[in-house]
Amino acid sequence: MSKSERSLLKDMIRIRTLEERCAELYGQTKIRGFLHLYIGEEAIAAGALPQLRDDDNVLGTYREHGHALVRGVTARSIMAEMYGKAAGCSGGRGGSMHLFDADRHFYGGNAIVGGHLPLAVGLAMADQMQNRDRVTACFFGEGAMAEGEFHESMNLAALWDLPVIFCCENNLYAMGTSLESSESETDLALKASSYNMPAWRIDGMDVEAVAAGMERAVTTSRSGGGPVFLEFKTYRFRAHSMFDPDLYRDPSEIEEWKSRDPITSYASVLTERGSLSQADEEALWAQAQEEVDDAVAFAEEAEWESPATLTDHVYGPAPTRPGDDAKGEPILDPDDWAGDGIASNREVTA
Amino acid sequence: MTVHEPAPAQSAQMPSTMTYREAMREAIREAMQEDERVFIMGEDVADYGGTYAVTKGLHEEFGRDRVRNTPLSESGFVGAGIGAALGGMRPIVEIMTVNFSLLALDQIVNNAATLRHMSGGQLGVPLVVRLTTGAGRQLAAQHSHSLEAWYAHVPGIKVVAPATVTDARWMLRQALADPDPVIVFEHATLYNRREPVEPGPVDLVSAAIRRRGSDLTVVASAGLVHKAVEAADALSADGASIEVIDLRSLRPLDRPTLASSVARTHRALVVDEGWQSVGLAAEVAASITEDCFYGLDAPVRRLSSVDVPVPYPKHLEEAAIPTVEDIAGAAREMLAEGGTDG
Repeated sequence: MSKSERSLLKDMIRIRTLEERCAELYGQTKIRGFLHLYIGEEAIAAGALPQLRDDDNVLGTYREHGHALVRGVTARSIMAEMYGKAAGCSGGRGGSMHLFDADRHFYGGNAIVGGHLPLAVGLAMADQMQNRDRVTACFFGEGAMAEGEFHESMNLAALWDLPVIFCCENNLYAMGTSLESSESETDLALKASSYNMPAWRIDGMDVEAVAAGMERAVTTSRSGGGPVFLEFKTYRFRAHSMFDPDLYRDPSEIEEWKSRDPITSYASVLTERGSLSQADEEALWAQAQEEVDDAVAFAEEAEWESPATLTDHVYGPAPTRPGDDAKGEPILDPDDWAGDGIASNREVTA
Repeated sequence: MTVHEPAPAQSAQMPSTMTYREAMREAIREAMQEDERVFIMGEDVADYGGTYAVTKGLHEEFGRDRVRNTPLSESGFVGAGIGAALGGMRPIVEIMTVNFSLLALDQIVNNAATLRHMSGGQLGVPLVVRLTTGAGRQLAAQHSHSLEAWYAHVPGIKVVAPATVTDARWMLRQALADPDPVIVFEHATLYNRREPVEPGPVDLVSAAIRRRGSDLTVVASAGLVHKAVEAADALSADGASIEVIDLRSLRPLDRPTLASSVARTHRALVVDEGWQSVGLAAEVAASITEDCFYGLDAPVRRLSSVDVPVPYPKHLEEAAIPTVEDIAGAAREMLAEGGTDG
């Protein structure tokens, strides 16, 4: 098993293991609020994210546990966040839907459908205006394509040649509403291509296809080719959230997609190639189990934040007194404010 | 607490005068000269020069990347401003009117205001949004409203309303220095106002006493500050001494300055161009009542716009929003009410 094959399979297994545990913990009321599972869609995060550099920007939706994990956010801090503990990657303030990690340029965890697409445009603008060759990968579901913010963002990104990779995870249902009943044009890549940008359809159940498509998109975008739209065709095996009785999908449809499980499919491919033994695969599942066990133990032990800190992080550190920003000096004190718009006061996630 | 005294009437060196529009333009120019992270974007900010001509000529000086025309996509370009702020820029986003800003309300309320808290303090959004507000130009019900209270309701953002040319000249600098989103409301009737410009800097948090008085405090913001001063001047002929406070900052409210004024005058009239129901005046009046209840000689009174979409004809528009006569009339009635002069 080559290193890249191994890590693609490993990351999918890590996501699946983490999320299956999340579902259990939800049943035990350890995790509350909404919990949206990515099970079935793991090939996209596992295949796409490793094609990015550490300084590229990533934005996700409320179904982002897998993206955070593959991006390098630790299972410990993800689990602690879902518990609402201070050691969580968002200090416990966000929960399952709002995982953030500024050090990894992971900008959420955004739960207004389509609302983070304009942010991706702006992050890419900042890179372009500061002559940085970063790209911004923005993940969203096909439901976002009915939102005005999708269209405004696609237009702005194309108009200004911004290095945004629009990663549409088309799992065919916007909550309980099927693609056919929400889009006048169900060929999403065709629809996206009207914005004068490359738009490619990719089998989102095939992790190597995802990796190859994303790599090509990143190369295009980073080399000045402007934005790229990728449609990853996929399917979620679980309901929309833990509240969803899943009445709108035919069980036979779910079973048909499950037969294309990205993990078992890829394990079969690797076995056929002779690059994966049963022992190898078992070891990957066991390692993932260990990682998740450790994360749960960490989250269980972690401290709650004191209610005394409730109103922390509503506003940043008070700006210097008027007049302190002497002419010629930077307006903001770089000690208080990293050049990235990222505050240095990261005590909650230290 | 800083209290801005009015400029002495007979200054040895009269400061230069400029219009509110010129002051705002000069503030933008200075910010862009001093910090290359600063840029401005919005509808027609370049060739057209800005809907209210604030950015006229700036694109020639700074280029089209930094004075960037946007399509009519309020949500898109306000969100892009938030993203650019996250990415290390210091964006100024211009929105034509507060009415249009509602198309970007999702970005401002759900993203700009929440990202710092939701990320546990990892992110900040140092964004400045400039928008025009207010009635008085017969632009009817989709260009004339004063929705400052909608924004001032939201934790995570700061809201200011420069009423004077001096504040127009200096508030932007401080807004750009702020680590959080600052919404700057510019009353559209103020752009041609010409006044001496006092030296900066100014802060973004304190209210200013624009006129000293001892019988009643009128609290106002933006365009109504000048109407309140005019009303106070008119009443002085009757021997009434009216204090006028310019809120300057709508979030946070400078409650200590309000309280110390009302503690002296014992009466407060809050004027606001927004609608009365659930409005800014209600918040200010409640704050004064909480802070000064036992020192009041009369109930705190609100004078807001009538609860009606602003109509087109001039006489009806004037009937809908507080006028100098309305303010003077309300003040006169309050002064006639019971109580002592403290």
